[in-house]
Amino acid sequence: MTAATPAPNTARDIVLTRIRDALGPDPVVPEVPRGYVTGSDLDPDAVIERFAERVDDYRATVHRTGHAGLATTLAALITASGAGRIGVPVGLDDTWLTELPDDLEVIRDQPTHDTAALDTAALDTAALDTLELVVTASTVGIAETGTIVLDASPDQGRRALTLVPDHHICIITTDQIVHTVPQALPRLDPTRPLTMISGPSATSDIELDRVEGVHGPRILHVVIVTD
Amino acid sequence: MSVAPQGRTLLPVVAHAPRGVGHLRGDESFPDAARGALADTQLRRNLGHATATIRDKRAKVVGEVDDWEALRTAGKAIKDHTMARLPELLVQLEANVTAAGGVVHWARDATEANQIVTRLVRETGSREVVKVKSMATQEIALNEALADAGITAFETDLAELIVQLGDDKPSHILVPAIHKNRAEIRELFARTLPGVDPELTDDPAALAGAARQHLRERFLTAKVGISGANFAVADTGTLSVVESEGNGRMCLTLPETLITVMGIEKLVPTWTDLEVFLQLLPRSSTGERMNPYTSLWTGVHPGDGPQSFHLVLLDNGRTAVLADETGRETLNCIRCSACLNVCPVYERAGGHAYGSVYPGPIGAILSPQLTGIEDNASLPYASTLCGACYEVCPVKIDIPSILVHLRAEHVEAQRETRRIPTPEAISMAAASWTMSEASRWEKAQSASRAGRLLGRKRDRDAGRIARLPGPLAAWTGARDAPRPPAETFRQWWARTRGSRS
Repeated sequence: MTAATPAPNTARDIVLTRIRDALGPDPVVPEVPRGYVTGSDLDPDAVIERFAERVDDYRATVHRTGHAGLATTLAALITASGAGRIGVPVGLDDTWLTELPDDLEVIRDQPTHDTAALDTAALDTAALDTLELVVTASTVGIAETGTIVLDASPDQGRRALTLVPDHHICIITTDQIVHTVPQALPRLDPTRPLTMISGPSATSDIELDRVEGVHGPRILHVVIVTD
Repeated sequence: MSVAPQGRTLLPVVAHAPRGVGHLRGDESFPDAARGALADTQLRRNLGHATATIRDKRAKVVGEVDDWEALRTAGKAIKDHTMARLPELLVQLEANVTAAGGVVHWARDATEANQIVTRLVRETGSREVVKVKSMATQEIALNEALADAGITAFETDLAELIVQLGDDKPSHILVPAIHKNRAEIRELFARTLPGVDPELTDDPAALAGAARQHLRERFLTAKVGISGANFAVADTGTLSVVESEGNGRMCLTLPETLITVMGIEKLVPTWTDLEVFLQLLPRSSTGERMNPYTSLWTGVHPGDGPQSFHLVLLDNGRTAVLADETGRETLNCIRCSACLNVCPVYERAGGHAYGSVYPGPIGAILSPQLTGIEDNASLPYASTLCGACYEVCPVKIDIPSILVHLRAEHVEAQRETRRIPTPEAISMAAASWTMSEASRWEKAQSASRAGRLLGRKRDRDAGRIARLPGPLAAWTGARDAPRPPAETFRQWWARTRGSRS
């Protein structure tokens, strides 16, 4: 226990007493057999292939480029979207944005949860809603499930930034992509707010038929930086 | 192990979910409610279509996981382990959530949980809340309690919205509006959504678009969000919500205050344990490799998301379930709803017939244990004991055995009332003992195949046994016993599918 003992709480004591009574004096605590796969049987190139295939399978659009072509690729994607006003997190790598059209309005959102510059005005929700597109980096990719994880680092921004705009372009490097879920969790920091994203917003609520596009971003582009 | 009821030991007084609050009890018994549902051909068509769709999807994504059985075994063991250490793990969770800036509340029952949440919302000054789909808040009827306090709760999950707009009841754990088809939903939206496009079609994408438009402003202006939790991690204090639409992210991220109501069993001991459940849940639930969005948060994150976070830990009968050593594993349920989708009884009767917010096989064992058997006495009989629910359960809950155990408990309760042993009591006690161990059950099934030779030829040909020998004659005194099939379901499964498991 890391915190001070909480103040006495009648309901708390009663519930804990009920649980102890229910379990009896010496409950058997079973060991957990972890016979499931925790590593990967794929070579690194195959992991990237699997990631691209699975992300695409969930109706996100996958692009690949080297670092040298990233700024051009981003500029082309943004131009093609027709967006005139985009958001980026405060810590996004500036070199990624060097090829953007001059008339594009680029809004930097501050703060992230661990940025020192908390006095810098963050966009309020209404302002976020005026952004047509957002570009971020990412933390981890999971090939098996086609998942991207964001952890609100300065190059990914706070959670609202990648939620309110309708179009999300997410950049991931190959060294961030692992094969399986068990390989991904040790790379994540539970003290940060985490969002796992597998394709665009979707629902299966009508006749169990999956359709894309409800409340979260309806368009998701994933750019894999291959070198 | 001794045979119930004779060998039953005295247990401490248990606290069931109280009457008069919440949605754990129906107005009529399962057979009566099911009779109406069975007559509704539209309902049966809708359910048949939806459950067939999801069964196929699940089978496909589970089939591509080579270590699925190892994951199930680990999932069950983690949950068994959690229940055995529940007091210390809850205290650890509380300490970690508190250290991260959250406030933890404990609720003995639905009434207390509703009071806590109502007070917390009032303290924000807001008269409106946005809600993420949550079984716990459905169970305690939180929306009704908030309404009594003049607070409007807006359900934001598409299916919950459909249920709320139609003044309907949820009928499925994952897809509460599974009983409605697209045409019915279109008609509902056209009638109830303000400013909806009169040209709205019944294309699911168009219907989802209408829901987006309807809720968008609500999300952007909401001050208070209310959620449940899929998992809480004791050793980090992390809470998790697993969802598809992004309504969860909206409710968890944009409001200033977040209130999460969570059953005390929703815990896993360590961060590492999530690696098991994040594989088991999506594939079992929506039949996806991963659901579109999983949010994980730990207390309050400065500058990101709600700056006020409250966690309400709910008992409401869960400790009563924990007190029953056989029924205890019911608490391992992660609410995936795979057992509903494969259940022949659920597929025909639908979710409303179960009365409780927890329908299907898991509801048939969970609801009577939360309320006490006398308030949901017909539910343990709402099953053919075919075993399909056990086969798909991602945490291997032995639902058939618990159903039989609860039937035994029910007949024992009746016996105590009548003070005479009934044939049912004896049969169910014996069946409970037999089914509680897989090996005994398989031997008994072999023996019962010998029962194919029992009875008169005329009855055998009709597939029934009119008179069982010996003490079992009491059972057939008032009814025919079905003639055992040449091959049991488990044997058929082992023969045709066993090589895959």
